[in-house]
Amino acid sequence: MPTRNPADMLQIAGIEMVSWRRIWLVAGLVIAIALPFLFEGFTVFQLTRALIYAIAILGLNLLTGFNGQFSLGHSAFFAIGAYTTAIMMDRWEVAYYWTILPAAAVCFVAGFLFGLPALRLEGLYLALATFALATATPQILKYEPVAKFTGGVQGLDVFPDDSPVSFLSNDQWWYYFTLVVALIAFLVAWNLVRGRTGRAMIAIRDNPIASKTMGINTALYKSLTFGVSAAFTGVAGALEAIVIQFVAPDSFTFLLAVSFLVGLVVGGIGSIPGAIFGGLFILLIPNWADQISQGLSWAIYGLFLIGAVYVMPAGAAGLVRLVTMRLAKKPSG
Amino acid sequence: MDLFLQQLFGGLATGAIYASIALAVVMIYQAIDHFNFAQGEMAMFSTFIAWQLLDWGFPYWAAFFACIVISFLGGVAIERIVFKPIHNAPVLSHIIVFIALFSIFNSVAGFIWDYTIKAYPSPFPSETPFETTLIGMHQLGMIAIVLAMLGAIYVFFRFTSVGLAMRAAAANPVSARLVGVSVDWMLALGWGLAAAIGAVAGMLIAPIVFLEPNMMLGILLYGFAGAVVGGLTSPGGAVVGGFLVGVIENLASLVPFIGSELKLTVALVLIVGVLLVRPFGLFGRVVVNRV
Repeated sequence: MPTRNPADMLQIAGIEMVSWRRIWLVAGLVIAIALPFLFEGFTVFQLTRALIYAIAILGLNLLTGFNGQFSLGHSAFFAIGAYTTAIMMDRWEVAYYWTILPAAAVCFVAGFLFGLPALRLEGLYLALATFALATATPQILKYEPVAKFTGGVQGLDVFPDDSPVSFLSNDQWWYYFTLVVALIAFLVAWNLVRGRTGRAMIAIRDNPIASKTMGINTALYKSLTFGVSAAFTGVAGALEAIVIQFVAPDSFTFLLAVSFLVGLVVGGIGSIPGAIFGGLFILLIPNWADQISQGLSWAIYGLFLIGAVYVMPAGAAGLVRLVTMRLAKKPSG
Repeated sequence: MDLFLQQLFGGLATGAIYASIALAVVMIYQAIDHFNFAQGEMAMFSTFIAWQLLDWGFPYWAAFFACIVISFLGGVAIERIVFKPIHNAPVLSHIIVFIALFSIFNSVAGFIWDYTIKAYPSPFPSETPFETTLIGMHQLGMIAIVLAMLGAIYVFFRFTSVGLAMRAAAANPVSARLVGVSVDWMLALGWGLAAAIGAVAGMLIAPIVFLEPNMMLGILLYGFAGAVVGGLTSPGGAVVGGFLVGVIENLASLVPFIGSELKLTVALVLIVGVLLVRPFGLFGRVVVNRV
């Protein structure tokens, strides 16, 4: 029988941490399932998009949080995923649910290939290379020879089928569809990080040279992580194309990559549930800021960001960790 | 050939813009070891301050130097007020604060001075002293000022004790503190100097691209690229890198199938290419890590 992690045996209000985690997980799921019936259509649509962003942030988290590679270029993989879905549906009239996995596969290959040259670059230099990718993407999508597939500046319209369940509106159906994909994605990420692969990824982040001497194939792991990260973000892109029912080059600019980064940091670097908070943050806060003051909305967004960093320097996940540490006690007796 | 020369000189002229921003980027990098994403917006804000001074009737050079001083103090203030409390936060949190500053400066400038473009005067005569249409007097003056700034920075870091203290504080904060360098104030000084250089860059760029809150967006990106290509540890390299990016970008548009649509992409691909061969930039120092 494996020995138990002493941290799991700490208690809050007489309940062990492991049980608390299960309680929160179930509560979170119940809330997630109930949400579409508590809010009206547009809010449900917004929540769907927040979930989509959460998946993209999760992908970035695998790369940055667990493997220590910066990326300002994840908007590119988001775009590749979105266009894979849009082109498959537009050209070959494939049903939307069959496009998610191909989008993941295409993005995995793209990410893996981009990860190979990226092996030579570290820190800010890698940030610049990925940034180049992000800036180039909208231009390439508009480029003449490619435009007959991508629809050029006009983009592509996507026509997914209506909700197959009669008592669910389209918004609600897309929410549940996204939720299922998101759950699968989070489960996969969690299993990946927890096992042997995850330990190798984290070892490379913490000390590349030492991990190499311990027999980890750093080059392979780093480029594979790039691929997997791109695949997650690509799935998010595919979902976005389906939900928005439209793709255009200028929705995938560098600013999108920056907001993924914001979501990653605000949610908590290296925290899997943190991605959900990050997704909500980057979708809701700009909207709120806009409601407070139209003219100064971005200044208010900036103040929110600074406030978030001050209050939770290690992201929402770090704050939760801090609070539980304060509350937790050793089991009595 | 004519077209080639024209594009080459055009590239040098835009390269001067990128070089001046790259210099500010390297300055802050020397001091704090990060990229400051808000650098361009800070420069834009400084330029608006100078514009406001000119609008109130100050003579050009008075506004020029007043703006440099205000920017310097502003840079110091940002470090002391915004960054001091989060010194120990992770690197990425700092980057988020840079992004926050970026949006705050951009939005506040738009709020105060609105988004219509404004003309900004050039301190140089409009006529060139010799017969050429390849490059204007303002561009020449700009190149000269960038080179002069570069010389001043070199002298500052190489021959003054404050410059030495700043290098020490950036390279090894703990040891620097032990020999009596006030690392905190060196950081603030680095911010101030970077803001001042950015202000000069902004005031030189504004006559070319016109003054508006988003004027720095594209320029900053190229400035970063120039700084990285040249090597983030080398101010001279940053200037060379800035010129290179300008020239490559302009020459790329001459190649038939690239045209002006893809010139940005080509410039960036070349930059990444350079980095693959020389991961620390053309003139950068190779950093060796111990296990």
